[in-house]
Amino acid sequence: MALEHADVLRAAHLARLGLSDEDATHYLDDLGRILEMVDHLQALNTEGIAPLAHPLDATQRLRADEVTETDRRDHFQRCAPAVENGLYLVPRVVE
Amino acid sequence: MQWETVIGLEVHVQLATQSKIFSGASTAFGADPNTQACAVDLGMPGVLPVLNEQAVAMAVQFGLAIHAEIPEVSVFDRKNYFYPDLPKGYQTSQMYHPIVGPGEVEIGLDDGTTKRIRVHHAHLEEDAGKSLHEDFHGMTGIDLNRAGTPLLEIVSEPDMRSAKEAAAYLKAIHSIVTYLGISDGNMAEGSMRCDVNVSVRPRGQAEFGTRAEIKNVNSFRFVERAIEFEVERQIELIEDGGEVVQETRLFDPERDETRSMRTKEEANDYRYFPCPDLLPVVLDAAYVDHLRESLPELPDEKRARFQGELGLSAYDAGVLAASREMAEYFEVVKDTCGDAKQAANWVQGELSGALNREGLSIHDSPVSATQLGGLISRVMDDTINGKAAKQVFQALWNGQGVSADEVIEAKGLKQVTDSGAIEAMIDQVIGDSPAQVAQYRDAEPEKRGKMIGYFVGQVMKASRGTANPQQVNALLKDKLDALC
Repeated sequence: MALEHADVLRAAHLARLGLSDEDATHYLDDLGRILEMVDHLQALNTEGIAPLAHPLDATQRLRADEVTETDRRDHFQRCAPAVENGLYLVPRVVE
Repeated sequence: MQWETVIGLEVHVQLATQSKIFSGASTAFGADPNTQACAVDLGMPGVLPVLNEQAVAMAVQFGLAIHAEIPEVSVFDRKNYFYPDLPKGYQTSQMYHPIVGPGEVEIGLDDGTTKRIRVHHAHLEEDAGKSLHEDFHGMTGIDLNRAGTPLLEIVSEPDMRSAKEAAAYLKAIHSIVTYLGISDGNMAEGSMRCDVNVSVRPRGQAEFGTRAEIKNVNSFRFVERAIEFEVERQIELIEDGGEVVQETRLFDPERDETRSMRTKEEANDYRYFPCPDLLPVVLDAAYVDHLRESLPELPDEKRARFQGELGLSAYDAGVLAASREMAEYFEVVKDTCGDAKQAANWVQGELSGALNREGLSIHDSPVSATQLGGLISRVMDDTINGKAAKQVFQALWNGQGVSADEVIEAKGLKQVTDSGAIEAMIDQVIGDSPAQVAQYRDAEPEKRGKMIGYFVGQVMKASRGTANPQQVNALLKDKLDALC
């Protein structure tokens, strides 16, 4: 699949990354080569092989349902640009 | 043209765990903002999620309760989207291999029949935080206490054909999750919310019409009203030559309408992929069997037993089995008095009436199930008559006495069945009412039946309500007729 300039900008927008046109051209090349490799992989015959959800051959460990965390709000909010009444403040989200 | 409505529901149920789905932070409701949001919930760099075993067990219990397949392997995926109340930039969910496979839920319809609604699947996911758009100098405030709270999303097939069926389905889900104790089912606090997919098609047409999704409806009543409005809107639109667009809409209960949520429709692109931080969850058969054996009796089974074994009507069985608390209360009453029908009548009559008047739930009833059972026993063994029983109930409701027996004793409500005593009262009343006796004597015999009511009332009054009414009636009739 050929990647286009607009695809790169769209992916960047979905992740809210600011890319200059020049950056986008650069990523177009990089990502294009990654997708080429994916095309190679797609060409393999995988019939009868179960899809791999995780490269580690292990299963998920579960934890007991216990509250182990204490309130460390002040600590966490030290790196926030703006807080008020315990809330994190972010640029207005208008629906 | 005849239109048919097609409805599918996505119900989000908040699971009643102590801690979050992937972290050890508390899920308690109503804490100070961000005091229950730990590094994992905040999406800090370098943290790793660890799955809560209770959330898994609760999801599987739900699956077993709706007779669903429980796949051996389920996988968590990342649903990527950008919103400030989702600090990681993705919601950890299950897109391709959910923990609960296809199942079904039975709903009761108004005409007394039942219908099976297929459940496509149910999956585990985490809730997001809360955005507060009030006045923060043009900024939005974010509370992440809810972020990471475990949710079970239950996705139905488009099997419902009316707003009533959709509400019945939602009630059935509510009843199952509260019976299982896997959720408090508190819709006002958001423990259960649903997205409704609605479309219309000409009756008889096989393919579905274009659907609209109504987001975040949080009460049984709103589900019905939102659907009714939306169906009418779509039919009018089509009949006026328009077309329904696939979009997300919001129900506004104040104006009783649904509104489009986005003006500029940007197609969602969630770019799902398996979450590399979580390994596949594998449930062996022994684990699932163990959970199956520990399931409580569920609403459908209870309803069937109430009807079959206890001989209650379908309606009574349905009402009493609808909530676990109601069913448990009823069963204690029934076991105490030994008569299911009497127990059903009292629980649904006197008790429910009083609870409704005071706006109380059965959990808060001032009259306990054992007290009510004791009261019914005294009616059944003729210690008190029906009128006195209501007085005893009221006294117990007001906290005047710990048992029916105590109230009966204290208020002297024991029924008088001694015919000598009743006859003496009757003689007194007859002696005191010469005018009424004369009227009775002069009346046509077929009209006397009605006129006897006056005398019965006087005798009951003289006995302060304790005389056996059947006895009073019979003895009065004999005595009055002897005078004619």
